[in-house]
Amino acid sequence: MLALLVASFAVSAISPYIYRLLKARFVWFGAAFPLTLLAAFVLRYPQVASGVPVRERWSWAPSLGLDLSFMLDGLSLTFALLVTLIGAAVFLYASVYLRHYEEADRFFGFIGMFMTSMLGVVLADNMLLLFLFWELTSISSFLLIGFNHHEASSRSSALKALLVTGAGGLALLAGMLLLGSVTGSFEISSFYAMNELITSHPHYPAIVALILVGAFTKSAQFPFHFWLPDAMAAPSPVSAYLHSATMVKAGIYLIARFNHEIGGTALWQDSILFTGATTMILAGLLSYRQSDLKRLLAYSTLSVLGTLVMLLGIGSKLAIKAFFIYLIAHSLYKATLFLVAGTLDHEAGTRDVGKLGGLFRAMPVTAVTAVLASFSMMGVIPLIGFIGKETLYKAVLEVHPWGRVLIVLAVAASAFLVVVTLLVGFRPFLGKPRPELAEAHEAPLAMLAGPFILALSGLLLGLFPDFFVGHLLEASSVSILSERLGIEIELWHGFNLVLLLSFVTLLAGVALYFFRPLVLPRIEQLHFPALLKPSVWYEEALAGMLRFAAGLTSFLQNGYLRRYLAVIILSALVPASLMLFRSWRAGGFAVTLPADVSVTAYEAALALIIALATAMLLKSDSRLKAIVSMGVLGFGVGIIYIIYGAPDVALTTFAIETLNVILFVLVLARLPKFTSRSRPSGRLRDGLIAASAGIFMTLTVLQVTSVGRASGLKEFFGRESLPGGHGRNVVNVILVDFRALDTLGEITVLAIAALGVFALLKLRTGKTE
Amino acid sequence: MNSLILSTSSRYLLVLLQLFSVFLLLRGHNEPGGGFAGGLVAAAAYALYFIANGVEEARRVFRFEPLTVVVAGLGVALASALPSILGGMEFMRGVWVNTGIPVIGKVGTPLLFDFGVYLLVLGITLKILFSLAGEDEA
Repeated sequence: MLALLVASFAVSAISPYIYRLLKARFVWFGAAFPLTLLAAFVLRYPQVASGVPVRERWSWAPSLGLDLSFMLDGLSLTFALLVTLIGAAVFLYASVYLRHYEEADRFFGFIGMFMTSMLGVVLADNMLLLFLFWELTSISSFLLIGFNHHEASSRSSALKALLVTGAGGLALLAGMLLLGSVTGSFEISSFYAMNELITSHPHYPAIVALILVGAFTKSAQFPFHFWLPDAMAAPSPVSAYLHSATMVKAGIYLIARFNHEIGGTALWQDSILFTGATTMILAGLLSYRQSDLKRLLAYSTLSVLGTLVMLLGIGSKLAIKAFFIYLIAHSLYKATLFLVAGTLDHEAGTRDVGKLGGLFRAMPVTAVTAVLASFSMMGVIPLIGFIGKETLYKAVLEVHPWGRVLIVLAVAASAFLVVVTLLVGFRPFLGKPRPELAEAHEAPLAMLAGPFILALSGLLLGLFPDFFVGHLLEASSVSILSERLGIEIELWHGFNLVLLLSFVTLLAGVALYFFRPLVLPRIEQLHFPALLKPSVWYEEALAGMLRFAAGLTSFLQNGYLRRYLAVIILSALVPASLMLFRSWRAGGFAVTLPADVSVTAYEAALALIIALATAMLLKSDSRLKAIVSMGVLGFGVGIIYIIYGAPDVALTTFAIETLNVILFVLVLARLPKFTSRSRPSGRLRDGLIAASAGIFMTLTVLQVTSVGRASGLKEFFGRESLPGGHGRNVVNVILVDFRALDTLGEITVLAIAALGVFALLKLRTGKTE
Repeated sequence: MNSLILSTSSRYLLVLLQLFSVFLLLRGHNEPGGGFAGGLVAAAAYALYFIANGVEEARRVFRFEPLTVVVAGLGVALASALPSILGGMEFMRGVWVNTGIPVIGKVGTPLLFDFGVYLLVLGITLKILFSLAGEDEA
């Protein structure tokens, strides 16, 4: 599976070039890529269905608990199949849909990365690895949502999605690390038997909270739902993918994945049950007033995501079955409908439902596809959506004691879904052909094939559910619930309460649809306080962060070098002096000068020169004088190094001092006339800072020498330099051999600093030109 | 600065200082010196040349764009880790080959690494120097 993912990433990386090479013929390549992956997963179906997960493990960074370990069980396979099947439709569709986009080539790189990352999420067995892929889906969706980066709204939507899911990702990482510390392992499969250990641990509530925040942000559950409708700024194929098989389903996957391991407690079940139910009904209500095709679909996705989370929260056998069927059904019809919305937008030029109508004659295939998918979404027999809804109602009815409330919510939410389908799947095609849409015509074959096949599979799955998904359901339920369901999936359950509820849902939906023109103006008049909207909170938090950053920057970087220096010195000095003070209090050291202090004449002279140079520097009334005294000062320090046997350091010091003087001379000519700009109070302050830094350094040196800590390092380097590093110059051997990695880091920093200098100077010349 | 003596002598000094910097680099493993000091001396050589002959002339003599040299230095330093990776050893473990030639003796990846440091330091110093000086003339 590692090979599969690596190959997939590689193909994604080169697909922009292939696109430029093939142009119109890219359609074939675009479809072949995900279909190959799909075939690879289909081949593994028999083994997974027999109940034996496919495993793979490569060592990566074992000391961190990070290994490239993968597991393909029922749950993973279900997602992998959806990701690649819908991926194939989306790729095929996009290679025609995006033909007129300027940067279409990049798109295929991004979406390939998106698909591969999602596959990585569902295949990874190591939590940290899963997290890596998880973040990759966030990053690639950021690139995709912001694909039309010329538009500010596009960019801010992309940023919103990235910040919300990214913040959730950090919470998730914290939760995973906690979970890892509790279980002593990062392999998800190894948690399987640890439910009791995890749920009884004192960190359990924190783990649940952190992991759920991660999952809820990703799957856009209330109150993090607001980023998803805005993500509609992405091109339609992306929306189709994002909503049906990737990204938002990652959170659902995560909850299902951990359901057995950390679930079963009231905390886990109730949290997801109530969050899911809230999202379900809230999104249903919000969808009612939308008029944009894609936003309508977006809110209905939110509602379904809520339903899925709620079903996991119910957690009974029947609920898991409903979860599973509903998941597949939703993926199929939602991808189809988004692609249909894209086609309408593409061919008719608008996505406003008020402006669409009577397109059946012009676009018959699209219309049939849309209606087929809509029936599945409404839950009409004999499509898979019908089975999904029946099972959902049955599972909700079983819940004690909240069943009655939840069933009302579920029926209401489903009725809103019916309204959405009537608006998206029927209304654009029915009625008389409109004159303003006379130009609309059927889409090319490549844009029709994908959605049609997806809609058709919804029908096939509905007619023969046991044949297509029965085994997968069994294998998945082992992953989610740890036991086999042993329930057959059937299309027809007979005349009962659930069937009656299905009729009620449809009737209510149709009624809501016809009342919509009456109700909408009244909704428009309602004003909700801004405090109730999570998106307002987001905006405020973002703006506040920027204000804080601006304030901090103008305080720390006010443009005066002396402020920078003071900040740097003080922020190092204050904590370090505290440490020194504590060590003194604890009797760590006594400032005692060595008994046999002997100062030679050279040393005394040198000290005098340095002191004189410093005094001259402070008193100097011209820059040239200051530079000369700086030079004297530097060379004096260099000579100290020679006397005390550090020729290497001395050599470097001399070279640096020489270059320093040259640099100063260079800038000297362009500086304004030398004036004494500092006030006495400022000088006093600077003097105090300088003096305390000096005193601190002296004390530190005295402490280090008085303690005489037994460090084996000095002896080790001295001993091993020649035999181990083949060099007699210990300093150099340390730099380039023993601690070469440190040096590599340092020179990298230097290189980045050089780039910074380059950028700053370029900026200035740019201004003058 | 227009000084005929300095200008003439800088031509010879440039070559000599460059040789000296390479000498520092090569002996660094056993005696004081090394890539950092060597790179600084090499940069100082060009600084001298530029003081004597102007920045354009110094740029022309140096021939490379300093940032390219910085990147090359980083690349060489990174490349010195390749033998250890390919050999399946710890990252950046020194690999030595005994050439058997009297003066050169053992050659190893730490020397290559040091050469990377040399290039990087040279490039950065010249970048800053040329940038400041170039602006001065503009």
